[in-house]
Amino acid sequence: MTLNAFYRPRDWESQPPYLHPDYASTVLRSPKQDLVKIDQTLSEVTGPHFSADAIGPLHADLTTNAAVNGEPIGERIIVTGTVMDENGKPVPDTLIEIWQANACGRYIHEVDQHDAPLDPNFFGAGRCVTDADGRYRFVTVKPGAYPWKNHHNAWRPNHIHFSLFGPSFATRLVTQMYFPGDPLQPIDPIFNGVRDPEAQARMVADFSIDITEPEWALGYVWDIVLRGRDATPMES
Amino acid sequence: MPGQTPSQTVGPFFAYALTPELYGRQGIAGNVMAGDDTQGDVIRVEGRVIDGDGQPVPDALVEVWQANAAGRYRHADDPRDDVPVDGTFTGFGRSGTDADGRFWFETVKPGRVPGRGNAPQAPHINVAVFARGMLTHAYTRIYFADEQEANAIDPVLNTVDEARRGTLIGDARPVHGRTVYCFDIRLQGDGETVFFDV
Ligand SMILES: [Fe+3]
Repeated sequence: MTLNAFYRPRDWESQPPYLHPDYASTVLRSPKQDLVKIDQTLSEVTGPHFSADAIGPLHADLTTNAAVNGEPIGERIIVTGTVMDENGKPVPDTLIEIWQANACGRYIHEVDQHDAPLDPNFFGAGRCVTDADGRYRFVTVKPGAYPWKNHHNAWRPNHIHFSLFGPSFATRLVTQMYFPGDPLQPIDPIFNGVRDPEAQARMVADFSIDITEPEWALGYVWDIVLRGRDATPMES
Repeated sequence: MPGQTPSQTVGPFFAYALTPELYGRQGIAGNVMAGDDTQGDVIRVEGRVIDGDGQPVPDALVEVWQANAAGRYRHADDPRDDVPVDGTFTGFGRSGTDADGRFWFETVKPGRVPGRGNAPQAPHINVAVFARGMLTHAYTRIYFADEQEANAIDPVLNTVDEARRGTLIGDARPVHGRTVYCFDIRLQGDGETVFFDV
């Protein structure tokens, strides 16, 4: 049986470690044993696929997808970009799920007790599927910063959570998109769980006046890079 | 060549987006993976996610990916046209954990899938674990205690130190004529689950 190709390994220079004590919750939730290296098989190079039908009502416009009696409060933004692999090849037809705090820094999640108002017109979750060129586009409001109890006076930088599948179980990625020029980034233990400054920079979107729409919304561009295949097909 | 986008934690507040049934919304996949018409033996897989203090992890997300009962993955890169796809079965499931760290899936027992060099792998379910406090997800596999012969020659199980192999095998017990497999995921410490670099 010949498989198309196997995926390049997770690049541990770019990827954060499991144990990062500045982020206190990692201390008891990080494996202590080394990961066991295994050869990829069909089990790893295949993975779930979702068509546009899977999206449902939580579509890519978070300013309308849960509106009750108006628009959510906040700074309307467009977030768009290309999902590609390490070979620079676009990843079409893949599901992206996002979730975020509202403009005040409050999540609708029942455990979030931050003393900031919920917005009746904002649920804070959306989905889309990349197009044939690997492009995606969300409309939302800029999420607020919010406190967390990791350490004294701890605040998360503005961010949007992203979940992507890519073509296989091996390419699965859950990450966060940050905004340019945020003073909280250099002191955020989660952002700094990624050590390499170049890799950190890959989590920060660019402001784009070209994506910005006059009289309507600011535009941000954020490209996402998933694991790519090795060049040569291999006998399995 | 562009570098990989780093992983970040799923955080504590993913449930309303990734397992939104609790919030009255439709998710993309859930705990119930097998329908009435799905071919194969319906099984239940359940367990807990446990931290290094032996405490439950109530804000974890467990995702599973498996072949159907015939041993075929529903994916374009599974080239074996002689093994049938089951149109009622995607092979993907998603479960959050509850206050006791519990997750569960209702699925079918996967068939055998070839590994490298066509060596048969034992039936298994591929798992990715996400949680607050995990900056990147962890991969593991669920094997089945009642597949001793197949497990004995499974190339992946045989890669693992014998002393730790048991962490990858779900105990089987019959409940109302159905087999329930118990598979706890210990993130750290005594009986730490084997996680893979895939
Ligand atoms: Fe967050």
